Amino acid sequence: MTENTNKSALLGRRDVLRAAAAGALAIAGSGLFSRHVLATPETAARALSKLTGGGTAQEGKVFLKLPEIADDGNTVPVTISIDSPMTEANYVKAVHVVAEGNPRPGVVTFNLSPSVGKAVISTRMRLHKTQNVVAAAVMSDGSVYFTKKMVKVTIGGCGG
Amino acid sequence: MAITKPRMKVPETAKKGEVIQIKTLIFHDMETGIRKDKKTGKLIPRMIINKFVCSFNGKEVFSANMHRAIAANPYFAFHARVTESGTFDFTWTDDKGETVKASRQIAVT
Repeated sequence: MTENTNKSALLGRRDVLRAAAAGALAIAGSGLFSRHVLATPETAARALSKLTGGGTAQEGKVFLKLPEIADDGNTVPVTISIDSPMTEANYVKAVHVVAEGNPRPGVVTFNLSPSVGKAVISTRMRLHKTQNVVAAAVMSDGSVYFTKKMVKVTIGGCGG
Repeated sequence: MAITKPRMKVPETAKKGEVIQIKTLIFHDMETGIRKDKKTGKLIPRMIINKFVCSFNGKEVFSANMHRAIAANPYFAFHARVTESGTFDFTWTDDKGETVKASRQIAVT
């Protein structure tokens, strides 16, 4: 009986050791992952302002079509449309898409010319978790317009 | 993974001044560089197509700079206004600098 209790005490200690080891691993793990700290709305905003040349962005003119709930974060369809006549005098120069909660905020930059004719672009993107997707358009006169939309992601699409 | 043959959808004919839709798809893993090999625990190096360019008769119409968050097998749908017959040239470039080129003719009346 005493032997038994001893054993269980020993096991208990092992469990504690194991838990400690797991904890240490977890810390080491988090250190490893520090390279992949998720983007935050702030870093995303910074990345976006860098892309758009630091100008003040106004909300509007840009529309994002995204699923409300994305079952698979690996391929999330997105359509960006911008209210612009797309003439030589007034067109969309560039469109930037940024994901606020991905390991890296940048998604894609489109460079447009007046001969695009219609500023409607579709693609497919990866989303790591439920987050806001931001699209910003730089017009030919230098003004910047943006919009953001929340997407719920069931299974993240950025791998381990 | 090398880039494979792309797919493109461009109308064969159009009226002068018409805005047409172009769709492109290319098969590529688009390895993000932040995914780990489950066996070795090591990071799989980044390998994505980072640039796509569409030009018409030698003049750039539309291009995309891709980052890691573009899904595997990059797909784009966009528009172009055509005023003359000619050729659309498409180029995809990956992280190694490898390129794939393809083109489509359009007759404008």
